[in-house]
Amino acid sequence: MLSFASLIARNSLRSRRRSVLTIVSIAVSFCMMGVLMAMYSLFFLDEPAPDQALRLIVRNRISFANPLPVSYVDKIKSLPGVREVMIQQWFGGTYKDAHEPLNNFARFAVEPAKLFRLHPEYSIAAWQLRNFLKRPDSCIIGRALAERLGMKLGNRVTLLGDIFPARLDLVVAGIYESAIDNEVLYFHNQYLKESLHKDPDYAIMLMVMVTDADSVTAVGRRIDGLFHNSPVQTKTETEKAFRLNFLSYVGNIKMFLFLVCASLAGTVLLVATNSITISVRERAQEVGIMKALGFSPDTVLCLIAGEAMLMGGLGGLLGLCGAQVLMAAMRNLPVVMVSLTTLSLSPGVMAAELLLACACGMVAAVPAAWQASRRPITECLAQAD
Amino acid sequence: MLSIPISYNLRNLQVRKITTLMTSLAASLSVLVLVAVLALVAGLRSSFEVSASPKHLILMRNGSTSELVSVLTRENFQDVLSRRGIANDANGQPLASLEIVTVVSVSLPAGTEMNVTLRGMSATGWKMRQPQLTLTAGRMFQAGGRELVVGQSIAAKCPGAHLGGQLQFGDGVWTVVGIMNGGQSAFNSEIFADLNQVSAEYHRANQLSSVLIESASPDLEPLTRSLREDRRLNLQVESEHDYYAGQMSAAIPVQFMGTIVAIVMALGGAFACMNTMYTAIARRSSEIGVLRVLGFSRASVLLCFLLESVLISLLGGAIGCLLALPLSRFETAIGSYITWSQLSFRFRVTPEIILVGLLFAAAMGAVGGFLPARSAARRPLLAALRAR
Repeated sequence: MLSFASLIARNSLRSRRRSVLTIVSIAVSFCMMGVLMAMYSLFFLDEPAPDQALRLIVRNRISFANPLPVSYVDKIKSLPGVREVMIQQWFGGTYKDAHEPLNNFARFAVEPAKLFRLHPEYSIAAWQLRNFLKRPDSCIIGRALAERLGMKLGNRVTLLGDIFPARLDLVVAGIYESAIDNEVLYFHNQYLKESLHKDPDYAIMLMVMVTDADSVTAVGRRIDGLFHNSPVQTKTETEKAFRLNFLSYVGNIKMFLFLVCASLAGTVLLVATNSITISVRERAQEVGIMKALGFSPDTVLCLIAGEAMLMGGLGGLLGLCGAQVLMAAMRNLPVVMVSLTTLSLSPGVMAAELLLACACGMVAAVPAAWQASRRPITECLAQAD
Repeated sequence: MLSIPISYNLRNLQVRKITTLMTSLAASLSVLVLVAVLALVAGLRSSFEVSASPKHLILMRNGSTSELVSVLTRENFQDVLSRRGIANDANGQPLASLEIVTVVSVSLPAGTEMNVTLRGMSATGWKMRQPQLTLTAGRMFQAGGRELVVGQSIAAKCPGAHLGGQLQFGDGVWTVVGIMNGGQSAFNSEIFADLNQVSAEYHRANQLSSVLIESASPDLEPLTRSLREDRRLNLQVESEHDYYAGQMSAAIPVQFMGTIVAIVMALGGAFACMNTMYTAIARRSSEIGVLRVLGFSRASVLLCFLLESVLISLLGGAIGCLLALPLSRFETAIGSYITWSQLSFRFRVTPEIILVGLLFAAAMGAVGGFLPARSAARRPLLAALRAR
């Protein structure tokens, strides 16, 4: 058995250039596939972070464009299982030049006193928080956003509204730290009201914190049930589902990821088949000699398939390493609705990908290996090149 | 420079049919992905282009990125109506339509929901879009009723949106009285209803969205300027064409991801070409020697093998394009953060896109073939001849 393994290894070193080319091209495809699989599991499989699991977002059932009456805050607060309810007003608007993608970050008008109760994962220096609570025209921003825009404490931020006809001049009073979601700007909802010179008695969305993670679904249903017969019905989702919903506007993400992975696997299959077919044809005489020495057709088949599996596996391994590097870079990307900070591949998914890589190699080898193993010795030996 | 006849390459490819085909197929998939992405973007663009009429201007409140976030009042509309330069209809009425735009969600069969643009308008608004929009079934909505005319893409997707069907939003139940065909335009994905009915149901009697006007002269500039310069109105004035062009950003994420995937796959295709060409050259070493003895220069040999690689990948490109052609029959939908609704449109595989696909394939072949071809050209004459 050991001798077969070394034979396979030596065979694959025979034409180094071809092996390297094949392995690298397989690696590139599997690198891409690894990143896409990580995105898939982040979006659809991963459990939300513990604090995130306690939060629900309530919005108008009809669409994001339709608001909710603020009177709902107290009504929801009185429901069992609800710890806190906060108005979270999506301000929209533009900061500097909207054509620069970096300037399009999320900004919310909130109730500052409640913000940190709803986000226990946020941390901020006590004096910064005091300043934020004290000064009505102040705002706080996430660490990553501060770095991205080069903002410091005391800087001025001007936001020009579209949904709300207001021009807001804000002062950065604090910078909060958080593992996820550190690219948001929060300011006082009270300040927004004053800038509008009237009280908007509606809110784009409400954020609800439940008492324990197990009752999340039940509380969500209770909220929607409460307003089922009112003129403005609600739609309550977990924070994670809400964000995915946002993302789904881009298109059918699941389908897209699946199609791309399938075409990448297809490319790998074709590239590997091409390479194996060439190398088997080159070795016709060798196969003839091996058979003459007494190797059975099945052994020949296994040797060739083994070589292809080795190349596939090496390509897959290299691709996974590349994916890790790429993901490390992607974790620092600006947040577009869904934070990529926890983007990673679980050992299970990595094993599955390696297995897929080996399988691709093996499947690619089957036609050429089968043909070679069943060919009569004389024909093999007689082949000119 | 004497060049080696192309028939030499063609015959060689023919002899090694299987290898040629395998390599081409590896190249074809990336071309397929690229063409599909470009066809999607082209489809979206043409959907927006046919939605716009060259003489129309869209007026919104200054600073609005879309009709959805714009707020205009009836007083604004009256001020606009008195402007000079707006075309009149046969009865002498100005061609201007005050509209309210909001988003409603309709149920799909799979238990999911789809966001759709609901546009409240008067009869004038319908008339202004006339040559483009036709009723394929039913009749127009009547003023003062909960009646809808739905675009045909919505009618096809949403079970409740058939003629006589009922949809629930606003304060009650609305009846579908007509189905409209907007050609390839974005209106296939919209729902039209009576302006006053919609504004009443959404408690926005005087918070409307936009005004559509038709310029009397084909030159939009004077009317645009006169409206923009009126500070009191505080309007954002855009030609319908520019307004829809601004919405192309909806395609950016798909375009970006798709192009990256196509390039990664092309790398695989180029490697396949490289493998095949290295083998071909090793096998035809003595042929290369003979060619050189016959007087063909190193440059001709280089060109010859480069060409062979490009031919292989071009074949792949052609296969990829052929596979992509049927896409034109399919409809897809894309959402946008600007309109907050889904827009249905057809993929559009244009001759330009096919050309781009083929050029992409040729580039892949050239990249993959260059190193092997150079090694063939550099081979010393005697060594090449001596090789088996």
